[in-house]
Amino acid sequence: MNYFTLKFFAKLREEVGVSELDIPCSEVTTLSSLTDYLVSKHPQWASFLDGQLLKAVNHQMVSGDVTIKAGDEVALFPPVTGG
Amino acid sequence: MRWVSIQKEDFVVQKEYEKLCSGNAQDGAIVFFVGRVRDVNEGDDVYTMTLEHYPGMTEKALHQIIDRACAQWQLTRVNVVHRVGTLAPSDQIVFVAVSSPHRHDSFDGAQYIMDYLKTEAPFWKKEHTDQGARWVSSRDSDSEIVKQWQSKE
Repeated sequence: MNYFTLKFFAKLREEVGVSELDIPCSEVTTLSSLTDYLVSKHPQWASFLDGQLLKAVNHQMVSGDVTIKAGDEVALFPPVTGG
Repeated sequence: MRWVSIQKEDFVVQKEYEKLCSGNAQDGAIVFFVGRVRDVNEGDDVYTMTLEHYPGMTEKALHQIIDRACAQWQLTRVNVVHRVGTLAPSDQIVFVAVSSPHRHDSFDGAQYIMDYLKTEAPFWKKEHTDQGARWVSSRDSDSEIVKQWQSKE
């Protein structure tokens, strides 16, 4: 089966308690459907995933929707606070 | 020429500054910024701060910000150093420097890179304070500053 990788960072990583997941491409094909899928699998994550999160696909920030392919690296994280 | 470094080790400002100056007689204007850990945030004493980043994405994001800055201003050299790991108050966090023939390009270019680093580069700060540990929240003011740049671009 084909998978893509999902990574969590910073506060969100601590809240969900995992830094990385492999997600079957048969279950999620677009970035916009990712959150609903995660909540369906992990209802306790709902409150962590409804905030103002940033999304990146293959190390590029994405603001709209994109198709997710096998082997992609998707990341969810809170607004950044470096500098 | 440009240098981008994500590192645990401290940096020496003089050495980083010399990268912009060495063998460079064409640039009359160098601007650099150093960000440091403050000992108080939101009224609480900060003991240490842990900086996390997204390996793989961080350098790419910084290069993209620098690319855009170089497209807008005449920046001959750019040097960005950002530390990760655990830091203490007064420790250096970030160094952003640019060189240009003239000062306006240098001032604007350095500020642009720093402003976008604060909103697009995947770094996160976790403070350990006298009230416990907490992730630092992003500031609306940082997003507003970026909107001002966007209106000029």
